[in-house]
Amino acid sequence: MSRHIVVDPITRIEGHLRIEAVIDDNNTIMDAYSSSTMFRGIETILKGRDPRDCGLLAMRICGVCTGTHYQRSIEAVENAFDITIPKNARIVRNLIQGALYVHDHVVHFYHLHALDWVDVVSALKADPKKAAAEAKKWAKVAGVEPWTDAESAFREVKERLEKFVKQGRLGIFGNGYWGNKHYKLTPEQNLVGVTHYLQALDLQRDAAKMMAIFGGKNPHPQSIVVGGVTCVQDIQNPSRIALFKTLLMKFRNFIKQAYLPDVYMAGTMYADEALDGTGAGLKSYMAYGDFRLDDTGFYNADLLFPSGIVLNGDLKNPIDFDPEKITEDVTHSWYRGDKPLHPFEGETEPEYTGFGRKENGVAYLDTKNKYSWIKAPIYDDKRVEVGPLARMIVGVSRNDKRITEYVTRFLKNGKLPLKVLFSTVGRTAARAIETEMMADVMVEWVDELAANAAAGDLSTWTEFDFDKVSRDAKGYGLAEAPRGALGHWVRIENGLVANYQAVVPSTWNASPRDREERMGAYEASLIGTKVADVNQPLEILRTIHSFDPCIACAVHIVDTKGKELGVYKVDTSCSI
Amino acid sequence: MTDRREAVKRLFTAKSSQVETNRGELYYKELYNRCRRRIDELKKMEPSGSKVGLREILSDEGIERRDFMKWVSATTAMLMLPSFFEPLVAEAAEVMDRIPVIWVEYQDCAGNTEAFIRSDGPKIDDIILDIISLEFQETLMAPSGFQAEKQLWDAKETFKGKYLLFVEGSIPMAENGVYGTTGPAGETFAEQLAHLAEDAAAIVAVGSCATFGGVPAASPNPTGAKGVMDVVNGKPIVNIPACPANPANMVGVILHYALTGQIPELDSLLRPKFAFGYRIHDNCERRAHFDAGEFVEEWGDEGAKNNFCLYKMGCKGPMTFNNCSIIRYNESVSWPVGVGHGCIGCSEPDFWDKYAYERPMSDAKIKAPTGGVEKSVDEFGLAVLTATGVGIAIHAAVSLVAGRKSDEGERS
Repeated sequence: MSRHIVVDPITRIEGHLRIEAVIDDNNTIMDAYSSSTMFRGIETILKGRDPRDCGLLAMRICGVCTGTHYQRSIEAVENAFDITIPKNARIVRNLIQGALYVHDHVVHFYHLHALDWVDVVSALKADPKKAAAEAKKWAKVAGVEPWTDAESAFREVKERLEKFVKQGRLGIFGNGYWGNKHYKLTPEQNLVGVTHYLQALDLQRDAAKMMAIFGGKNPHPQSIVVGGVTCVQDIQNPSRIALFKTLLMKFRNFIKQAYLPDVYMAGTMYADEALDGTGAGLKSYMAYGDFRLDDTGFYNADLLFPSGIVLNGDLKNPIDFDPEKITEDVTHSWYRGDKPLHPFEGETEPEYTGFGRKENGVAYLDTKNKYSWIKAPIYDDKRVEVGPLARMIVGVSRNDKRITEYVTRFLKNGKLPLKVLFSTVGRTAARAIETEMMADVMVEWVDELAANAAAGDLSTWTEFDFDKVSRDAKGYGLAEAPRGALGHWVRIENGLVANYQAVVPSTWNASPRDREERMGAYEASLIGTKVADVNQPLEILRTIHSFDPCIACAVHIVDTKGKELGVYKVDTSCSI
Repeated sequence: MTDRREAVKRLFTAKSSQVETNRGELYYKELYNRCRRRIDELKKMEPSGSKVGLREILSDEGIERRDFMKWVSATTAMLMLPSFFEPLVAEAAEVMDRIPVIWVEYQDCAGNTEAFIRSDGPKIDDIILDIISLEFQETLMAPSGFQAEKQLWDAKETFKGKYLLFVEGSIPMAENGVYGTTGPAGETFAEQLAHLAEDAAAIVAVGSCATFGGVPAASPNPTGAKGVMDVVNGKPIVNIPACPANPANMVGVILHYALTGQIPELDSLLRPKFAFGYRIHDNCERRAHFDAGEFVEEWGDEGAKNNFCLYKMGCKGPMTFNNCSIIRYNESVSWPVGVGHGCIGCSEPDFWDKYAYERPMSDAKIKAPTGGVEKSVDEFGLAVLTATGVGIAIHAAVSLVAGRKSDEGERS
């Protein structure tokens, strides 16, 4: 007798996601479906606009990976116009994007993901003194001093929690799955986790300032334009660069002294799940590559993250990435269409068919037919996973020096075999490894920027003749958002956008089945997972959160071909 | 045309100003007494959030009373209250934990949630945010699915008529609302909003999507997206637009509500006057360059290196009501004009179709619903706002400043 469970809303993510799972008598997930339940139609909105303005609007695809769509959109246009930006602009963009990575990954681990590993209520039983020792122990594994090992710090957090619990209303901690037997940390470890949760909440504000220095604000920076960046004042002012570096150094310490040790702690305590590959899913990975390290033109520069594809966990035979081999299929998505299409040909119309059966006030997805606003992207007839884990796996398989060094050190310190990467735990660990690497390389970049400005180079923008280059052009911006491979494709005719398509990380990961009934990465990763209590979807959340879902991004792929769906209201007077 | 020219002249040459907010002694006396009664009432209530007093939390966090008072006086000023309100504001901050908040997300990008957790000001804002009783917040809350739903409907019941409902994201109304559903029953966003609005004390729409429709409502608005004020009737609504809304303004609204039991004074677009009572242009750090006719003409040019005015690069500061030029973002680290990019008018209705482009009004390629492009500029009544037009207005309005660039002969 199997049971069909519905988890909607999935919280602690960006966007609107529903997961349905079919569970057998042994509480093992036999089948799973991922559906997004929100749609905005951003590509349709971009059509007909001036390509120089698209970045600002495309950025609003997502407020969590803020700035990454901005940059991709601008780069797609630069690629179409064949513009190479000045060195300062390249470094500043790398720093803005790098700031996003470190901020986003830390917020993800602590505020969106940690509560799947950390039992807040169990921390009440902790001995603060032992918690301090625990923090020391895991920092030592990571080969660093702990961020905090003062007993008083842990005692204060415990007292704060006690007050929280005493009054019986836990606010956002209320109704969690506290006490579920699949929580495996000791009370002291839980207290360490909660303490860092609160510290990270405070510190992330400082990390966000890094983006604001060169971007103007966070979320939604505003200093990137087609041809370069606008923040020349902040580049020529040594105190701005120094402020950036100060903020970076502090946050880097937190990454090394709290984030990584906590990942070792969780990884060790949940090692059995990591070793048996819980949550591995597709085991095929793809990276477009990103972060240009020199000033050669598009897609020729050396990259921090190399591009490539690894199939079925085979690290020995990485495959070269070819952007022509990307297609999207809509068999199970709420769009019309009968064959997979390349983003340049993307032609889709919404076709909402609704939910299937409704029983006892619960609506179930019509999984035999269409069931999501997300399409199913396919690479060369394969379903693949994207994200930090894909970047690390592809890097190692490509023998990338820097990535291999960081991954190897992480595994060696934790005395973990390589195979642990192929799991939910591994996905979470890969994100931490990447964060540490990014924080380190950003120090190099900020010094490079300072040296370049000091040498008198203040160039921030490459001139181009818009009327000439925008007559008939097409281009793409392919890169790595924090959540994985991200592509924007743009066709420009007579100075306006003729067609715009974005295929984003969560489209790859959160997608429904395709025409061959092959699953997307989320769906595949849930199969075989054992659930402790069918009324508490803790394990489902743990695995789904390990991908860091960003669903608003994933759902906006549509070209309604001018179909009128809404009434447009316009204010015809300039209000003064 | 001459009338328009006059209007434009006024628009660009108005003195830098704060809104005239002094309402007279009697008004403030009455308000003070009302606030006094309100706070005393709240003090009698059980906290809905943490039972820990703010004072206690402040000392837990090692925050000096002095820093707290610093924050209090800054906030009092932001709310446009006379300084004798400061003790009241301090007390109000201490009873804020009696205000339950339910925060829902519809057609959003979570940008306002992200901004909210990066609240400005001394650390204290965060603590205050910690202890308002945040009953439901999808991006941050622990439970999912049924347990999350339960949390939502329990809060609605428990705090009937008392909670502030924060809405982030627009509401898709086309095709009966199918473009957004939530919860196990697959309720549409519009249905859920109607239910939650019933028992809310007031609704706070945060960000441009929840206020005026924002990105999803940009032409051609494929999903029939609308802001809260066009969907909900018969409830007090406060709009805090901008993309994202400035968290300082979010906190200001909550605090004002704690202080007075009422929503702050609003303009015709339901925006609090304390934040949206004056234009970016009025208090812009580059205003002097505008008055002197010194403009950035090209990204990265000498003007850019010297912080010249960005009007010709498409800055919409003169048309935009918001307090960014005063309070900035991310604890005052910077703001769009600070990093050399013009304002895109993100706190104004329909800004994606009216303002958000990298050129002055006249060179806009506005995506008009009729499909026309350049010609639509005049439909918007913007033709006169060319760089030249402005130049003329300025020439006509202010005495020539020695050494300033001439705008004559500019291409319009």
